[in-house]
Amino acid sequence: MTFPNPVATAVPALLPGRTRQRTALSRLGQTFAMFRNGKSLAGLSILGVFVLIAIFGDWIAPYGPLEKDFTALRQPPSWVHWLGTTHMGEDVLSQIIYGTRGVLVVGFTAGVIATVIAVAIGVTAGYVTGWRSESLSALTNVFLVIPGLPLIIIIASQYENPSLLLISSVLAITGWAWGGRVLRAQTMSLRNRDFIQAARANGEPLYRIIAVEMLPNLTAIIASSFVGTVIAAVLGLTTLAFIGVIPITNLNWGTILFWAQQNGAFPDFWWWYVPAGLCIALLGMALSLINFGIDEYVNPRLRSAGERARAMRKKGFVLSDTATAVRPRPSTSTDPGVTHAGTKQ
Amino acid sequence: MRFFLRRTAFYAFTAWAAITINFFLPRMMKGDPVSAYLQKNQGRISPEAIDSLRTLFGLDSNKSMLEQYIDYWQLLFSGDLGRSFSKGLAPVTDVIASAIPWTVGLVGIATVVSFVVGTAIGAFIGWRRGSRADGIVPVATFFSTVPYFWMGLIAIAIFSTTLGWFPASHAYDKGSQPSFTLEFAGQVIQHGFLPALTLVIGSLGGWILGMRNMMITVLDEDYVTVAQAKGLRPSRVLVNYAARNASLPQLSSFAMSLGFIVGGTLVMELVFSYPGAGKLLLDATTAKDYPLMQGLFLVITLAVLVANILADVAYAILDPRTRQMEA
Repeated sequence: MTFPNPVATAVPALLPGRTRQRTALSRLGQTFAMFRNGKSLAGLSILGVFVLIAIFGDWIAPYGPLEKDFTALRQPPSWVHWLGTTHMGEDVLSQIIYGTRGVLVVGFTAGVIATVIAVAIGVTAGYVTGWRSESLSALTNVFLVIPGLPLIIIIASQYENPSLLLISSVLAITGWAWGGRVLRAQTMSLRNRDFIQAARANGEPLYRIIAVEMLPNLTAIIASSFVGTVIAAVLGLTTLAFIGVIPITNLNWGTILFWAQQNGAFPDFWWWYVPAGLCIALLGMALSLINFGIDEYVNPRLRSAGERARAMRKKGFVLSDTATAVRPRPSTSTDPGVTHAGTKQ
Repeated sequence: MRFFLRRTAFYAFTAWAAITINFFLPRMMKGDPVSAYLQKNQGRISPEAIDSLRTLFGLDSNKSMLEQYIDYWQLLFSGDLGRSFSKGLAPVTDVIASAIPWTVGLVGIATVVSFVVGTAIGAFIGWRRGSRADGIVPVATFFSTVPYFWMGLIAIAIFSTTLGWFPASHAYDKGSQPSFTLEFAGQVIQHGFLPALTLVIGSLGGWILGMRNMMITVLDEDYVTVAQAKGLRPSRVLVNYAARNASLPQLSSFAMSLGFIVGGTLVMELVFSYPGAGKLLLDATTAKDYPLMQGLFLVITLAVLVANILADVAYAILDPRTRQMEA
């Protein structure tokens, strides 16, 4: 008998809960707003496919990566071996599928480590002042100037069998500086904004100012420096594997190219070396697309420039034409007769 | 003046850091390949050479770290980088000196061409924003994410093995001696064309994209609108007003990217068997020739530093604001 009552009281109780949930959702949406554009979404989808391949590689791959079939050596692509076989009769497609995991694991580990270093040093260098800021900035610049790849080669050659974590760390240590520099510049410009000053005047502790007031304004830059480091790490890893510095037990796309070159695949056995290179380029392209999307989110001029120019051209103005253009036939009397070609709307 | 002093302090600090890293690198190595090598070849290395190697690689257990460090600096200032194990115990400085001109020539030309062409294309695309020229952007992105070495291998497969237009490796024909003749110069150009082309294509995309994005931002500035309103020729607005300002960040990223360029050419030299510093470093790594590795790393780092200084000077010439900071 009393059933309706709890329901009736529950409804108003639920409503604020629901709205709270909605605001939490929309806040989450705001956090990912930088990815909500065509370029980022395209990049994320390609990346997603690679991630799925890396996770489910064991089920997708038709053969084992090192499974040898001596009856089918250096076979061109066929229905049995979609991407042909190597000189040992290994299936190239399976090698690429298994290699995806090595590339992504090292790329993302290096990206995470480098981003943590970049945020820690970059934000601190931007927030503190005086000699502390200068010395952290000098540290960043030293890492920017020291050539990364030669250093990695020298360090990696010291180890007989470097682990994945070691390779990622070395790639991260030589790759964090650019992000650190950008973050420092952005933090420095944030430091003197009113809302930070207000937070400081309110007596908020330092960690809260940095974590709650500043970091949300830095997410786009952090994301873009993360993606940038992953690109660099993927290229670095495959290059090291191709040179032969990284042990062949760590299978990735660079190792495939290493084997292809060692065993005379160039130029006749194209199915052996073309797919791996294209995969690296495709992954790099996907990550770059994500970064373009973030760039356009950070700098709206980039996003609207093309559209505005096209809109102007439709009206009969050429943006890069001579300075003043007289409209040939004013369509409405309210329109001004003479307009600057470069006028913004 | 303050600006100048700060930059000088920064370069001095970076050079010190690079040399110090170079000092500690062999001391972090596991095992002791150098002393093993020295024992194996006891009679063949002169005592002075052994002395300098001991100092360079920290084999002097009698001396403290600080003493070793001071000795190391003294050796560097006297231009002694030790002896190369893999090159018949020739002084490391001589070995490096024979490789450097090839790298500097090839990479220098390729980098400058790529920077100039890329910036020009980027300025044009930015200027003609929203037009069909925007289609260059995805193509440029693709080429900038393709790994250098793979593109080089494909280029060799197409242009030298299949078509036979260019030689696939080395800097000049086998059997000919480097000399200042027209014939030799022709060989060098023929051998260098393909590596240079792949380097340019590989790095062009970054310059195009950077310049395009800067142009689009700069073209929205009021002074560009004013320049157009004054009736200046479009070419003048493009070059003197927009591109000049947009190219400033390009210059600083040019300096910053030199480190990456060195890395890229290292692989390029491997693929094309080009006798430059990068190939030398890879050979030294496979041969475990530590004196040569250490010397090369030092020289490469210092070269990047010098290039950075040059970029700084160019920046100061182009951007009056950096000079005003001095006042």
